[in-house]
Amino acid sequence: MDSVAHRLSAVGAGAALELRGVTRLFGALAALTDVTMTVRPGERRAVLGSNGAGKTTLFNCITGDFPPSSGTIRFFGEDVTRFPPYERIRRGLRRTYQISALFPGLTVQDNVYLACRGVSRGRFSFLRPGANDALMHATEALVQAVHLTAVKDQRVAELAHGQQRQLEIALALAGAPRFILFDEPAAGLSPAERLELIEILTSLPAHIGYIIIEHDMDVALRVVESVTMMHNGRVFKEGLPREIESDPEVQELYLGGGHG
Amino acid sequence: MSLTQLHATATAVERPKFRAWPELNNPAAWLVALILVIMPLIANGFFLIEIFGTTLILGIIALSLMFLAGYGGMVSLMQLTIAGFAGYMVAVFGVSGNANISLGWPWWLATPIALVLATIFGTLGGALAVRTEGIYTIMITLAIGAAFYYFTNQNWAIFNGHTGINTVATPQFWGVDWRSDIPFYYLILGVAALCYFAVQYVSRTPFGLALQGVRDNARRMAALGFNVNAHRVAAYAFASFIAGLGGVLQVWNYRQISPGSVGVERCIDILIIAVVGGITRPVGPFIGALIFVILRTFALDVLIKFGLDGNRFRLLIGLGFLAIVFWSSDGVIGLWERWRRRQGRASSSTTGRGHG
Repeated sequence: MDSVAHRLSAVGAGAALELRGVTRLFGALAALTDVTMTVRPGERRAVLGSNGAGKTTLFNCITGDFPPSSGTIRFFGEDVTRFPPYERIRRGLRRTYQISALFPGLTVQDNVYLACRGVSRGRFSFLRPGANDALMHATEALVQAVHLTAVKDQRVAELAHGQQRQLEIALALAGAPRFILFDEPAAGLSPAERLELIEILTSLPAHIGYIIIEHDMDVALRVVESVTMMHNGRVFKEGLPREIESDPEVQELYLGGGHG
Repeated sequence: MSLTQLHATATAVERPKFRAWPELNNPAAWLVALILVIMPLIANGFFLIEIFGTTLILGIIALSLMFLAGYGGMVSLMQLTIAGFAGYMVAVFGVSGNANISLGWPWWLATPIALVLATIFGTLGGALAVRTEGIYTIMITLAIGAAFYYFTNQNWAIFNGHTGINTVATPQFWGVDWRSDIPFYYLILGVAALCYFAVQYVSRTPFGLALQGVRDNARRMAALGFNVNAHRVAAYAFASFIAGLGGVLQVWNYRQISPGSVGVERCIDILIIAVVGGITRPVGPFIGALIFVILRTFALDVLIKFGLDGNRFRLLIGLGFLAIVFWSSDGVIGLWERWRRRQGRASSSTTGRGHG
C-alpha cells in the first residue's frame, strides 16, 4: 500500500474518514465503545461482526443519524462530529440502509431525482425542472446504471425487493460521492442479483471509497481490500481480508458457525 | 414521456405523468371548469355565494391543509386560525364599522399586509410544530388554534373581544363593487383556481417532491442532503399564504369577523372537509367543502322533514365522516378512483394490479 498515504493518515491528514474514541451509549448500554478507525480516500473496507456488534450504530454515528456520545469524527480532515446529517451528505458522504429506506409514494425516477437534488442547489426550487435540466439527465443516467429504466415510472411501493435494493444503491451514488457506507446491500438478494451487486461495487470509480457491512463473505471479501472486525461495540481486529479469514479468534467468533 | 412508454406498464397509464397537467386531457375537468365559469347564468345570488362561493372559500382553506397533510404528512389544525388571523388583519388595517380599532387603510394596502402577517403567523406556528410528529403536531396546532380563539375573545385593543369587528369594508375599484354577487363569485373562483393550480404545480417542483420525500421518509431525506425541518417550515409558509387568501375572502364574504369565526370547532371543520374530500389530490378539499356546505345548508330542512332537530346537521356530517374514514382512507376522491378503476377493469380485461 501507499506508504505516504499511510503516514499521513497516521496524523489524521488525508484520511477520508477518521474516528477517534467514538462511543455511543443508549441509556446504560454502550453500543459503541472507544472506536478508533482511519480509512484512506478510495479505500474499500468491510466491517464484520455478529448481530449487536455495533456495525449499524457505527454507520449512524458517521452519518449523524445519531450523534456519538463522545469522540470525534473527521471527514476528509473536517471535524463533522456535531454536524447534522445533511451537512455531512453535502460534503460527499453517502449511505444505504439495511432495510430499504425509500420513498414508497413516489416513482423510481422521482426517488433518484430527489437524491440528485439533495446534493445540489435548488432544493427549495418552486420551478418544475425542464426536460433539459442537468439533474434530469443525471437521474436518467443513474436509473440506467442500476438497471431500473424499465420501471422508472412505477411507484417504489410496487417494486420487487431486488429492485428496491438496487434503487437504494442508486440513491447513494447521486451527485459526487466521495465516501459511501453500504449497510448489508446484499440482504435478501438472489445469487444472480448478488453478482450484479458485486459488479456495481467493483466498477465504482477508484476515488470513491466505501465501508460495507455484509454477512455474505463471498460478497464482502471480493469487494474490499481491508477488514475491520467488531465485537460487542469495540474494534476487535483489523487487517487484510485473508488475514482476517484465517485468524483463529475471528473464525471462532464469527466464521465458525458454518459460514464459508 | 413518449406515448409508447405510456403504455409500457399498466400502472403508468393510471397515474399523472411527470410534469404533466392531468386536467388538460380529462374531459370531466373541462366540464367542471365550464360549469364553474358560467355558474352566474345558472345559479341565483343565494346559490352563487352561499353555496358555491362559500364552498370555494372553505376549499381554499382546506387546500392548505391538504398541501401540508397530503404532501408533507403534517396534520395542522391551525389552518382556519391562520385564515382567521388574515381576516382579522384585513379588518384591523382596513375600514370597518369599529373606527376605534380599524386603521382605515385602503384595501390594496391592508390586504397584502394581512397576507404577509398571516404567512408569518403560520410560519412561526409551523416552526413550533415541526419539532414534533404525528399526534403531537395535531396537539400543538390545535393548541395554537384554541389559544388564538381565547385571545381574540379577551383582547379588546386589537380584536375587539367577543363582539369582533363588524361592517368590514370590501374592495371597490374599476367601478365595480367586488362584493356584489357576480364579481365576488368570479373573484373567489379566480383565487381558488390560482391556489388549486399553484398547489398542483408545486407538487411536481423540487420543493414539492422533496416535501413528499419528507412525508415518506424524513430520515432518508436527511441522508440525501436535505434539511428536513427547513423544508417543513417552508411548507407551512406556503400553506399559510393559501390559508390567508381564504381568510381574506372569508372576511369579505361575511363582512365581519369575531371569535366565533375562529373557534376550535371551525378548525376541526376544516380537517373534516379535507379528509372527507380526500387529501391525496388538490381537488379533494373542494369536493369535501361542497359536501360540507350542502349538508350544512340543507340538512336542516331534511332533518326537520323527518321530525328531527334541524341543528343536528353535524350528526349527519359526523356519520358521513365516519363512513368515509371507514371505507376510504383517501376520502371521496379515493372512492371515485376505485370505482373508475373497477369500471376500467370491467370494460377491458387488461391486468390492473390494485394499489393506492
